[in-house]
Amino acid sequence: MKEGQIRIPSGCSISGLIDKSGKLFSGEAIIRSMSVMHDRSNGLGGGFAAYGIYPGYKDYYALHVFYDNISAKKSCETFLERHFDIINLSKIPTRKIREITDEPLIWRYFVTPLPTKLSESQLDEREFVVKCVFRVNTRIEGAYIFSSGKNMGVFKAVGYPEDVGRFYRLEEYEGYCFTAHGRYPTNTPGWWGGAHPFSLLDYAVVHNGEISSYDANRRAIEMYGYKCTLQTDTEVIAYIVDYLHRRKRLTFSEVASIIAAPFWQTIERMPPNKREVHEYLRNVFAAQLITGPFSILVSFDGGLMALNDRLKLRSMVIGEKGDLVYVASEEAAIRVIEPNLENVWSPKGGEPVIVRLNGGLERVG
Amino acid sequence: MSVNFIYPVYEIERKYDRCIVCRVCERQCANEAHAYLPDLDKMVSDDTKCVNCHRCIALCPTRALKIIKSNNTYKENANWSGKTMNELYRQASSGGVLLSSMGNPENYPVYFDRMLLNASQVTNPSIDPLREPMETRVFLGAKPHHIERDQTGRIVNNLSPYLTLSMPVMFSAMSYGSISYNAHESLARAAQELGILYNTGEGGLHEDFYCYGSNTIVQVASGRFGVHPDYLNSGAAIEIKMGQGAKPGIGGHLPGEKIVGDVSRTRMIPEGSDAISPAPHHDIYSIEDLRQLVFSLKETTNYQKPIIVKIAAVHNVSAIASGIARSGADIIAIDGFRGGTGAAPTRIRDNVGIPVELALASVDKRLRDEGIRDNVSLVVGGSIRSSADIVKAIALGADCVYIATAALLALGCHLCRSCHTGKCNWGIATQKPELVKRLNPGIGYKRLVNLLMAWQHEMKEMMGGMGINSIESLKGNRLMLRGVGLTERELDILDIKYAGE
Repeated sequence: MKEGQIRIPSGCSISGLIDKSGKLFSGEAIIRSMSVMHDRSNGLGGGFAAYGIYPGYKDYYALHVFYDNISAKKSCETFLERHFDIINLSKIPTRKIREITDEPLIWRYFVTPLPTKLSESQLDEREFVVKCVFRVNTRIEGAYIFSSGKNMGVFKAVGYPEDVGRFYRLEEYEGYCFTAHGRYPTNTPGWWGGAHPFSLLDYAVVHNGEISSYDANRRAIEMYGYKCTLQTDTEVIAYIVDYLHRRKRLTFSEVASIIAAPFWQTIERMPPNKREVHEYLRNVFAAQLITGPFSILVSFDGGLMALNDRLKLRSMVIGEKGDLVYVASEEAAIRVIEPNLENVWSPKGGEPVIVRLNGGLERVG
Repeated sequence: MSVNFIYPVYEIERKYDRCIVCRVCERQCANEAHAYLPDLDKMVSDDTKCVNCHRCIALCPTRALKIIKSNNTYKENANWSGKTMNELYRQASSGGVLLSSMGNPENYPVYFDRMLLNASQVTNPSIDPLREPMETRVFLGAKPHHIERDQTGRIVNNLSPYLTLSMPVMFSAMSYGSISYNAHESLARAAQELGILYNTGEGGLHEDFYCYGSNTIVQVASGRFGVHPDYLNSGAAIEIKMGQGAKPGIGGHLPGEKIVGDVSRTRMIPEGSDAISPAPHHDIYSIEDLRQLVFSLKETTNYQKPIIVKIAAVHNVSAIASGIARSGADIIAIDGFRGGTGAAPTRIRDNVGIPVELALASVDKRLRDEGIRDNVSLVVGGSIRSSADIVKAIALGADCVYIATAALLALGCHLCRSCHTGKCNWGIATQKPELVKRLNPGIGYKRLVNLLMAWQHEMKEMMGGMGINSIESLKGNRLMLRGVGLTERELDILDIKYAGE
């Protein structure tokens, strides 16, 4: 059975690192970080999101697509040609390794919406891209766009994360931010699209946990035009982030106050103006509250947010050294790439850590 | 024996070796089922007068009394039950419509009993409400579509008027007149202490209870009894009653003998006159008329109060709800066919309307499909019997539930279903001063508080078991439900999976 036809809970490991100065570095480090947490995955899913990797095409949406077969590729390309100007297309480079098998066709397209189609749709450009991604993923059998942001890309597969990294030759990419995920699903998904990160536009989410609010969140977000085809927590969290941050124009700090809302007893102790805002957010966005264990990394164009559920039911550690900020499920996964950290701590439940390029690190709470 | 004689269905059994002839049963029975025979110094009972309300049993100091089901029977017939035959005999002699009280007692499926809840195991920890915060606060009202900010970037509070409840439960409408002053006082005080709301019903609001305004929903029904600007402005919300689960499609009738003293004044009708609520609101013959009433009420209250529209769960309920969600109303209340009443024609009560579980599932889905679920909150009632029913209703998609029968039980009601006689021995559904005074509101409100505190605790335990620590994460979370003993079609409508799936 394919991912999406059943709901598969997973345990996981996550890791992420970002250079606040925007300096580019190789994907090698994130692979090493993940390999330390090998036992937190079971070989049934691993993946990476990398930012700043396509400077030559930074104004174009980079679509990464899985195809089950040639005919799916043909239908998808016909669709893309009708809606986008395709600047460049190629197979995503991979290396044959024993640990990764049964790969689908994996293609990459750099595109920009056709101006006529875009104005006809009466949508803003990003919404237009989102609509097209949903169209392909729900209507074209055997085609799946798993990455659709600018100057960033997601690389994922069924396998252990360190093997997935080598398979995609991640060490050959240079970016300012990487996040990664190792998956321990309690079922056999056997489909590459089900691996994480889950991404939409430049948002990518990696998540460790199993949220208990899933169906409440899913049914609410589907009302706003999203389709949860994978039935995974990560997918619904990514849509919630997109909805709140892009469509409702809330700040990441406000997004965190919604999905990991402070308890009422905390809100009641706040000064009146702060209390009013939190009460407003919990009232209006009640359906976007996420309960149950999670630690997530939300990466986006120019930054990264790390967030734990409000009871902190999953481990997550932050490390700092110079301009680099590290986040991982285990401290060991940070120490392996930077043994001499200047600062190490565990953020409290529900208190986000937001890192921005040139903007420093913000600890909210 | 008269040819009209119908053998009573229940019999009073008295153990004479225990009876001390204290005569408390005789004094307590407004139906005069018990009598003292001075010559024999002996108590006797007349089963034909007994309504099986258990007042005498509860007060008999020596446990000498009990009520048993009579084994007197007609010749058995799978088609013509004894009950059906008796009802027919009664109508043949009276020529009248059969009247009943409280909710539909017939053997229709109870869907709440065919849904089971989830709990966390291994992959996701359960949460202990004794050690961690467990939140049950809910807001009822429309949600804004846009976020507004001021020049400094601060979010502007653009919420429409809403209700804040400490838990997703309210006391639903029971009018002053259909129930007693002391019953109303108990409900009002309990609502205040619990941080929830009670509902005046359609009989207006007694002037003594205006002080509970912030915990009061004032109702506007088709008879408009007791409706005036001060009344509308006195509560926290206004409910337009379009229908009632126990008697969809018909109005109400409070007999003149209950329109006495304060009831008459509160309803603003003469003493002794029957209070007849028409079947429809005569200013609402269609949905666009409803919109006008919604906005008339908002105008009257300066757009400060959320408006609730209460409808009975009927076949086309989701289309109706969809219309109401676009009418300017802030909250829709849906009353299932099991909902209670102080009096309804038996045939209507037992045959009209649909189960609230199915109505709720369809309405919630329809409003989501149409993208208008945020326009309104959903409150469901008829009948919620326990904290488990509440948890299941919230998981199906309700924001809150209404309880009334359960609240009356907490006040002493034993579901004898004889409210329409006006002789409630428990002091609830009566206006007779000697009966009303039996219900002590000081004790009554505490029992209501006890009940809901217990239910809240149970809800928290169930939520914690599911790994959910806030009620909003339960709302519409249908994956937390599994069906048992349901057909494919029923599962489709409830939009839940079968146990084991």
